Amino acid sequence: MTTTAPPTSAPPTTTRTVTRPGDRIFAGMSRGSGILLLVVMAAIAIFLTVRAVSAISKDHTNFLTTFEWNASLTPPSFGVAVLAYGTVVSSIIAMLIAVPIAVGIALFITHYAPRQLGGPIAFVIDLLAAVPSIIYGLWGALFLVPHLHGLNLWLDNYFSWTVIFAKEDPNSSARSLFTVGILLAIMILPIITNVSREVIRQVPKMHQEAALALGATRWEVIRLSVLPFARSGIISASMLGLGRALGETMAVATVLSASPQLSAHLLDPIGGTFSQNIVAKFGEADEFGRDALIASGLVLFVITLLVNGAARIIIQRRKEYSGANA
Amino acid sequence: MKLQRKSGLRALTVGAVAITGALVLTACGSDNNDDSSSTPSSSGQPSTSAAANAGSISCEKGQILASGSTAQQNAIDSWVKNYQQACPGSTINYKGSSSGEGIVDFNQGTDAFAGSDSPLKDTEIAASKKVCTDGQGISIPMVGGPIAVGYNLPGVDNLVLDATTLAKIFNSQITTWNDPAIKALNPSATLPSSKIQTVHRQDESGTTDNFTKYLKGAAPAAWPYEHAKAWAGKGGQAAAKSAGVASLVKQTEGAIGYFELSYATASSIPTVKINTGASAPVEATSANSSAGIASAKVVGTGADLSLDLSAAYVTKTDNAYPIVLVTYEIACDKGNKPATLPLTKSFLNYIASADGQAQLTAQGYAPLPDAIATKVRSTISALS
Repeated sequence: MTTTAPPTSAPPTTTRTVTRPGDRIFAGMSRGSGILLLVVMAAIAIFLTVRAVSAISKDHTNFLTTFEWNASLTPPSFGVAVLAYGTVVSSIIAMLIAVPIAVGIALFITHYAPRQLGGPIAFVIDLLAAVPSIIYGLWGALFLVPHLHGLNLWLDNYFSWTVIFAKEDPNSSARSLFTVGILLAIMILPIITNVSREVIRQVPKMHQEAALALGATRWEVIRLSVLPFARSGIISASMLGLGRALGETMAVATVLSASPQLSAHLLDPIGGTFSQNIVAKFGEADEFGRDALIASGLVLFVITLLVNGAARIIIQRRKEYSGANA
Repeated sequence: MKLQRKSGLRALTVGAVAITGALVLTACGSDNNDDSSSTPSSSGQPSTSAAANAGSISCEKGQILASGSTAQQNAIDSWVKNYQQACPGSTINYKGSSSGEGIVDFNQGTDAFAGSDSPLKDTEIAASKKVCTDGQGISIPMVGGPIAVGYNLPGVDNLVLDATTLAKIFNSQITTWNDPAIKALNPSATLPSSKIQTVHRQDESGTTDNFTKYLKGAAPAAWPYEHAKAWAGKGGQAAAKSAGVASLVKQTEGAIGYFELSYATASSIPTVKINTGASAPVEATSANSSAGIASAKVVGTGADLSLDLSAAYVTKTDNAYPIVLVTYEIACDKGNKPATLPLTKSFLNYIASADGQAQLTAQGYAPLPDAIATKVRSTISALS
């Protein structure tokens, strides 16, 4: 509608514009892309819901509170309690580790590092994103897990009063949600760093120079002008990273010792995540078992929607308070 | 200044693409090398006998698709290689996915035969009637094998356990290595006081199904769960696939886990000898598990040759290993597709033949005992 309005209202100035068909094609294409996106999302949602409903209706136990996943039992019994817990907890651990480091790297590259150093660091971070997740899984299982054993013992020794770092059996290997969290943190680092770096680079020079002129140190410049301006961008970047952490499959399946138990002890080798469970159970699942797994996929879909919705609201609110529109 | 940095970035991107491209290419390259280096080794000893084998192969031309269990993949691969060498113009394409997927493929009509770790269930037989006109899907036992129980206990070489102790260990009722029950079976060994780390499969698997069938069959009092593809026992750690279980056992001191014998051999993991009540504890070997399978009963009706292994689990015959699994080939008894029937029959005939079965031992599988093999051969000859 709006694209057709300007040409008619301003014929005298734009009579010789050649870009009009291009404009129209571009508008059509972008509108088409938007609609296509909605259609695809709706198709995914409908597919998941239809298949899930038929499975959940035959589930003998409460789908949301059951720990065990055994769809081939008669009567079938499966639930997502452990999976939802594991997915959320491992993602939270990943975010707690990755976001500060990623923002730190981004600030270092843009504000502290000499040019010769910033470039290579950015490049290496970019490369991290190109490593396939199964490689992370192999590295995690064969290198990270054995090497984290010492750290686990240390945490258990000095921090077992926190409950979360208590370990039921000190000798059990480090195939825990905690290790998965660390691995996920490494995996989501590049995307958060990259986007944060770009956002931080967009902070107007005037803001920073004004702060410097007032006698602010470099840290004060970052704290007073850079971070407030970049905050909503950094949150968006973190949400992109969180999206990857929530859905990561192969690396988690390779590293985690999955079992249907729920525990606050993060170092114990138990737990599971949605996508890990799907990849572990899909191969041998019959028709009904697949529907059940799709039902668990629907829950992950809903969790992702909720998280993204919450992020949008936060970003929206921040935007009003920061001086980003100046 | 800015422009320069941008072009610098671009150069970096090009560099990154080049490097990742190179990595990807080398990855493919090494993959291929793996293939070509492993194929001679698996076909090395068969190829010497390939000429002799050719006698038992009556060649057919054509192309068939098959898919299913990865447990029998190595056996099928070497059979396919021999068959195709002896019979130019034939292509047999076996995709190792999983038993579940193999049956789904078969019942959709894409497979000439499917490989499965367990015989067809009633619902799957019902579904197969759509594909097999006038007939139904039948399960033909083909590849036997021992499930080895591997452990990692430095200083202990000849660990002996029995079914009840195994069940209690895997259900976290026996938790330390110097438990009196283990000590009683290993009077001369010096057992540490460390905790037992049991390792099981995190994915659903036929191996788990068969292992828990054994525990339930041989020690019903100590193993309260029904057999299932998903692990039901309490405690322990989980790893993905047999390879994952084997590597976790290898990595963790005090660990014990179950997997097919070939994984134990490949990673040189010592395996538990089973005290079955025979005159001496039985080791997991191909020959011993063939002897174990010999006590299995055929329970399938008609052409179906589903086996009941429960007698094998409690066998007390000398040198008969009780923890065994048998994988099946699924085909239609009647109503196979005419286009693929000759090649399917010819190939199955070959792998069930004495020559075909003889190749299993070298790969850690167990040949079918003669009584069952005879039935298998006559069933295959009757496929139509």
